[in-house]
Amino acid sequence: MKLNNEVNRKEFLKLSGVAALLGFGGPLAFKIYASGEFDAAESNSKVRYGMAVDTRKCKEGCTDCASACHLKHNVPDHKSKKNEIKWIWKEPAKHLFQDRDYNIEAEFSADMPFLTLCNHCKNPSCVRVCPTQATWKRKDDGIVMMDYHRCIGCRFCMAACPYGSRSFNYAEPRKGIAKLNPDFPTRTRGVVEKCNFCEEIIGTGKNPYCVQSCKEGALTFGNLNDPDSEIRKLLKNNPSIKRKAGLGTEPSVFYLV
Amino acid sequence: MFKMYSKIKVFTGVFIFLALATFPFWNKVFIVSKTNYEMPDANIKPALAFARENGFSGCIEDRAFMRAKHMKLLNHWRNEVVRENKKTYINSKGEHFNKSLTGTCLKCHSNKEEFCDSCHTSAGVKPYCFDCHITGIQNTNQLNSKAEAIHEIK
Repeated sequence: MKLNNEVNRKEFLKLSGVAALLGFGGPLAFKIYASGEFDAAESNSKVRYGMAVDTRKCKEGCTDCASACHLKHNVPDHKSKKNEIKWIWKEPAKHLFQDRDYNIEAEFSADMPFLTLCNHCKNPSCVRVCPTQATWKRKDDGIVMMDYHRCIGCRFCMAACPYGSRSFNYAEPRKGIAKLNPDFPTRTRGVVEKCNFCEEIIGTGKNPYCVQSCKEGALTFGNLNDPDSEIRKLLKNNPSIKRKAGLGTEPSVFYLV
Repeated sequence: MFKMYSKIKVFTGVFIFLALATFPFWNKVFIVSKTNYEMPDANIKPALAFARENGFSGCIEDRAFMRAKHMKLLNHWRNEVVRENKKTYINSKGEHFNKSLTGTCLKCHSNKEEFCDSCHTSAGVKPYCFDCHITGIQNTNQLNSKAEAIHEIK
């Protein structure tokens, strides 16, 4: 028998359950979905590393930068499109800048091979989606890092990256490496990998391997937050474009055209 | 009163069941350990040439500490180097070392089979460090040709 002003045990439990959900779940939902509150976008550091690719100097048919990078970082070459691993590579301009009208904006042709690599975005979408924080943006210099120890191979980051800068090790990486560099680890099957802006050497003031190996001087690496840096001077004096700027990821790789 | 039938059959069954269920334990204790276990040689000395060349007095920490805690230390190093960009280790004597498994530890403990595998194997642990990190021994031929190829880029 149930009286009007009484709540039985079952109803009480139901009510308190709903109340608990609202009480704890509400603020959490706001925290997760509220805009502008992601760690990924945070940046007050003095250093933000970036790169300028001078497409006018980059020589057609030359892949010195990619060879040097892939050699130094033990990037495997499996000779198969399906298993391909890429840190830095060339792609026809129309694949990188899809929204241009190549008949009118004719600084470069649609089929001109352009260099591309991880953009080390100021607001990286890969970092937002990583469930284990295996990829994150380093606060002191803006490099988007990978921790291969922690990567579980879910490939969310690959889906999130609008630039295709990430590759997954479907095949055993060591089988695809002709010459091992003992100073840098390989990866294992089942992890995602990408360019690390030569994080292991730039701390000592050296340029990344791709920049060092470019004989044309087409690549410039430097601090985007320093107005007197060489890269900032280049960007000031030359017209430049970024890949998919409208997405708001704010790439740190600029193309001088 | 309680009366039990077929005592012999029942107890035989129970005995066989217990013997099978506990097989892994007594197998390990009485058979495997007696026949296969070999105490790893605790007196293998590392080649200290690398340490001396770089002006270090010896290993980064003393023997007892390294034996007991090297796995914890390496785990710390891994997190600090990769995630916090702290790449220098200052030991209890105030010496500065580069935090690197292959670049520091294995430079003296250059024989992985002796210094790593012998204990890991008998202790039954399988660390996955060397799935990625490259030891000098396993790829000697590849390393030599490598050294020439990358010489021009420094």
